[in-house]
Amino acid sequence: MNMANKNDKSRRRFLQKLGIAGASTVAGSALLLQGCSDSNKASGNKVKVLTADNKLVEVDVAHLKPGDKIQDLKYLQKRGREGIPGKKFVMVVDLAKCKNARKCMKACQSAHQLKPEMHHLNVLEMEDPVKKTSYWMPKTCQHCDNPPCVSVCPVDATFKRQDGIVLIDNERCIGCRFCVAACPYSARTFNWTEPKNSDKMADVTYDMELNVPQKKGTVTKCAFSADQLRHGKLPYCVSACPNGVYYFGDQNEDLVTNGTTKKTVRLSHLLEENAAYTLMPELGTQPSVYYLPPRESEG
Amino acid sequence: MNETIAKGHLSEEQIDKDLLKNVNWGGKFKLWMGFLTVSLIICLYYYYQQLQNGLGVTGLHDYVSWGIYISNFVFFVATSLIGMLVSSVLGMMKVEWVRPVARIAELVALAFAMVAGLIIITDMGRPDRLLNVFIHGRVQSPIVWDIAVVVTYVVISGLLLYIPMLPDIALCRDKLNNVPKWQQKMYRSLSLGWNNTAKQFRLMNRYTRMLLILIIPIALSIHTVTSWLFAMTLRSGWDSPIFGPYFVSGAFVAGCAAVIIAMFFFRNNYKLKEYITADHFDRMGKLLVLVALVYVYFNINEIIVPGYKANTADAKHVHEMLYGHDSVMFWLVQLGGLVIPFLLILFKPMRKPLPLTIIAVVILAGAWFKRVLIVVPTQLAPYYPIQNVPEGWTGYSPTTPEVAITVASFILVVMIITVLAKLFPVVPIWEVKEDMNHKNNK
Ligand code: SF4
Ligand code: SF4
Repeated sequence: MNMANKNDKSRRRFLQKLGIAGASTVAGSALLLQGCSDSNKASGNKVKVLTADNKLVEVDVAHLKPGDKIQDLKYLQKRGREGIPGKKFVMVVDLAKCKNARKCMKACQSAHQLKPEMHHLNVLEMEDPVKKTSYWMPKTCQHCDNPPCVSVCPVDATFKRQDGIVLIDNERCIGCRFCVAACPYSARTFNWTEPKNSDKMADVTYDMELNVPQKKGTVTKCAFSADQLRHGKLPYCVSACPNGVYYFGDQNEDLVTNGTTKKTVRLSHLLEENAAYTLMPELGTQPSVYYLPPRESEG
Repeated sequence: MNETIAKGHLSEEQIDKDLLKNVNWGGKFKLWMGFLTVSLIICLYYYYQQLQNGLGVTGLHDYVSWGIYISNFVFFVATSLIGMLVSSVLGMMKVEWVRPVARIAELVALAFAMVAGLIIITDMGRPDRLLNVFIHGRVQSPIVWDIAVVVTYVVISGLLLYIPMLPDIALCRDKLNNVPKWQQKMYRSLSLGWNNTAKQFRLMNRYTRMLLILIIPIALSIHTVTSWLFAMTLRSGWDSPIFGPYFVSGAFVAGCAAVIIAMFFFRNNYKLKEYITADHFDRMGKLLVLVALVYVYFNINEIIVPGYKANTADAKHVHEMLYGHDSVMFWLVQLGGLVIPFLLILFKPMRKPLPLTIIAVVILAGAWFKRVLIVVPTQLAPYYPIQNVPEGWTGYSPTTPEVAITVASFILVVMIITVLAKLFPVVPIWEVKEDMNHKNNK
């Protein structure tokens, strides 16, 4: 597919850049890019997959091919909870570049099977009270390091993984919406009615990293496209943006890649040089999403 | 000195007769239950709709994801707290006059606490996964604490109703020979072989006292924890350290009002004028003044303190309440549902049974809307603007199914109280007799 091709190219370019950045980081980055296929030896851990010609077969986890659709709920659940070792994913949003193209919102809604009024990612028009101007601000889940949504969940259906991503297990969620009330960023949305395409999605095995299929009566939100990260790709929104707004990467490596230009830069430099900030730091939620301030004035 | 029970002119036989009279299944009862059942079935039809189509049948949405279900839950938990105040606090302080109405207070408490648990289930997006709370329950979530204390409170209230009732159950067993077989059997097993020995009374009193002490911390925690559902979040308007005591004091107001209404109902329908006297209403009225006073004090704190600060998000929230689009409801609830009734019951004529009951109805209604004001407006003022969603999402109005399901919870409470009051005497017979003998001997 088109998108996969593009991503493959970007991956090569990303690797070249890493070569310059230094050999020590390459091993780590390769892990981001190759996801969990960490060894080619049989692991003894069998999962059910759907082959390209729609046959259900059992293969060893180590022999999974990128095109295989995993049909094994137990495996997906375990993998989804564990996350990707050694990573700490971060996003940087450059508000100065956002022109409200909303390609990110579209890509997000189609990937996660969301109805038009449901947003994992919402581009808001924000007023600047001092300068009396407005700017566009894409708002995702902030993947807080101290996430209030996680502490209030009564059943551990929303949780934080070792790679910093906050996910939802909609097989477990009881739909109490306590997390919705607790999230100060209004990052969560609820399946109030039967989700979009629910009849078509009925046979799809649930993958919490994509949070698809959506389920009636459960909560959903931005997952940093954990399913994409697993395959070494950038999140849906990040690669959909035409204006270079999004950077995404790993804080441990101190590298982030721009989704439009595919340029990889040092996270710490980017943040420092542009006076980056996080949303409502006074709440102590410690977001993993950084914002670079909007342009000074329009003209 | 104690005017509440009409002097010593009632014989023991007369008391037995009066107070056991209501334990029967008369035509009036059947009609009333029939009416309740039909109404309940209509309401349950809406719940069925909600199960089929999801919570989308309500007026809830991503920005007001807690609406009247949760408000109603908070209200029910509040009202149930009264059992603790009347039977425990006043009981232990040896306030004599509450004894004849203590059982009514406990009935109200038990019924509201039981139904509160069900309301939470109606608010769940996935009630089919209720068991997950027990399988995967995590102690750091206030919801888990809440469920734990609600269940404990129901159990202890039930025991507190049951144990002091043992002598009366035994009386039912001995005196009621024309009730159905199953009912006789029930009295026989429930009375646990009670035969009025001094030793049994000693045991009963010991256990009752233990429960009375036990229920105080539990009742307080049930309410405090419920308030934490809000206070533990980072939202302005909820994020308040005095939410606990604020909720508890409000609970006493709602509970007193509910007990007064129930007293009025039983007094008139069960012809208990000799036992639940005008003096009881007067004293309940005074109790209401006292608890309302404390509550008004917390209300002032909760509003003035953040309102005084100029530009914080909390201040914005308070200003919105005072002058903004919630202001009509706010002032109606504060003045109409609290301050004016409070001033009225300062006057003795207003504490007569009928006027006091009417005032109690107003207070109770005000208390209900007050809970909506606690739950809803905060959510309508999120930190980030509400955009790119349907227009209706900047407000909240409950739908018919939502209202019907809420009404169902009230019907259930009335049903539980009605049935229990038909199975057992609502005024503790042995305590009334004891009280009277005590007085006659003086
Ligand atoms: S932004 Fe909201 S949903 Fe996301 S981790 Fe933080 S509190 Fe949870
Ligand atoms: S709605 Fe689901 S994820 Fe959110 S707190 Fe309740 S159970 Fe947890």
